[in-house]
Amino acid sequence: MKVIKEAIAGTVESSDLLVKVAPSGKGTRDIVIRSEVMKQFGKQIKKVVTDTLDKLSVSDGSIVIEDKGALDCVIRARVQAAVLRGCGSQELDWGRLS
Amino acid sequence: MKLRRSMLFVPGDNAAMLSTSFVYKPDSVMFDLEDAVSLREKDSARLMVYQALQHPAYADIETVVRINELNTEYGLKDLEAAVRGGVDIVRLPKTETAQEIHELETHIARIEKACGRPVGDTKLMAAIESAIGVVNAVSIATASPRMVAIAIAGFDYLVDMHTRRSTGWEPELFYARAAVLHAARAAHIDAFDVVYGNVTDDEGFLREVQIAKQLGFNGKSLIHPKQIDLLHKAYAPTEAEVSHAKRVLAAAEEAHRKGLGVVSLDGKMVDPPVIHEAEMALQLAEAV
Repeated sequence: MKVIKEAIAGTVESSDLLVKVAPSGKGTRDIVIRSEVMKQFGKQIKKVVTDTLDKLSVSDGSIVIEDKGALDCVIRARVQAAVLRGCGSQELDWGRLS
Repeated sequence: MKLRRSMLFVPGDNAAMLSTSFVYKPDSVMFDLEDAVSLREKDSARLMVYQALQHPAYADIETVVRINELNTEYGLKDLEAAVRGGVDIVRLPKTETAQEIHELETHIARIEKACGRPVGDTKLMAAIESAIGVVNAVSIATASPRMVAIAIAGFDYLVDMHTRRSTGWEPELFYARAAVLHAARAAHIDAFDVVYGNVTDDEGFLREVQIAKQLGFNGKSLIHPKQIDLLHKAYAPTEAEVSHAKRVLAAAEEAHRKGLGVVSLDGKMVDPPVIHEAEMALQLAEAV
């Protein structure tokens, strides 16, 4: 999957996260994560984000995340929503979303 | 018997509530993809609910998803997310005919097959929100073996009836409550009363809970966690009722041991309905 337009999902409210995606412009996948709980959960957050992007086969796009202490399930959902919006995808492949 | 006193509404796009609603221990959590979610957030909320349904925190609590109506562009997508996510019950809003339940269960069976869930695993509840829905309540409640509950939703119903909420004994809702409740009992399923929208008015909420309880509703749909404890306590039997229930069960047990068909307690016959009532009282007491 390739991010073809700018898109966002989520909020900056507590227990949520804001995910911004955009075309990378250089054919790479770039991830930036900022989190209030980076010290304690940074590795886990990065793993959830990376796994979610891998499942969606996102190979090209810039992904910037502002985390406010979201659970894994919320991170997964918001990343999926932002990517699907950024890829202009209407059809859901449920096998890639679980 | 599954207790369904409290069904807590959780907006599908509210991360904080999705992450904490299980803490308040309602009997059921209802993730809302319909009215609580704006049109531009439907896609994101659907994914949030799909993921939340699979979170271990919700493994031990009954989950319900209120989908959008099937004749909207969101309804079928919501249904896919709910069934594939493993929801226990799908709540159909604005149900007016049994045909809508038949259509819904056809789609659910297809999705269950596609995702490997046993066909029939997903249960249904219908929300009645109009005069025609109330008139058709019996056929709706009996439309499918998947049906486990029916709910009356007050706001849309009262608009349809050209009236509005009052305080006190609420005559404007009496017929709908009674009709929906009779439909539920005829179908041997559960019945939920309307939400009480003013979360700062505990007195008004409890007044309405008493009406619902006295009529015979299993419980209410709730919009705020603070209403859960109030509701559970209001539905709990008194100490005297618990004491009586224990004596009824003890008398029934003794009759069984002695091979007697019936027994009397304080001059009153203890028969199966009385025993069932006593068992329910103890279950409600233990659940508070």
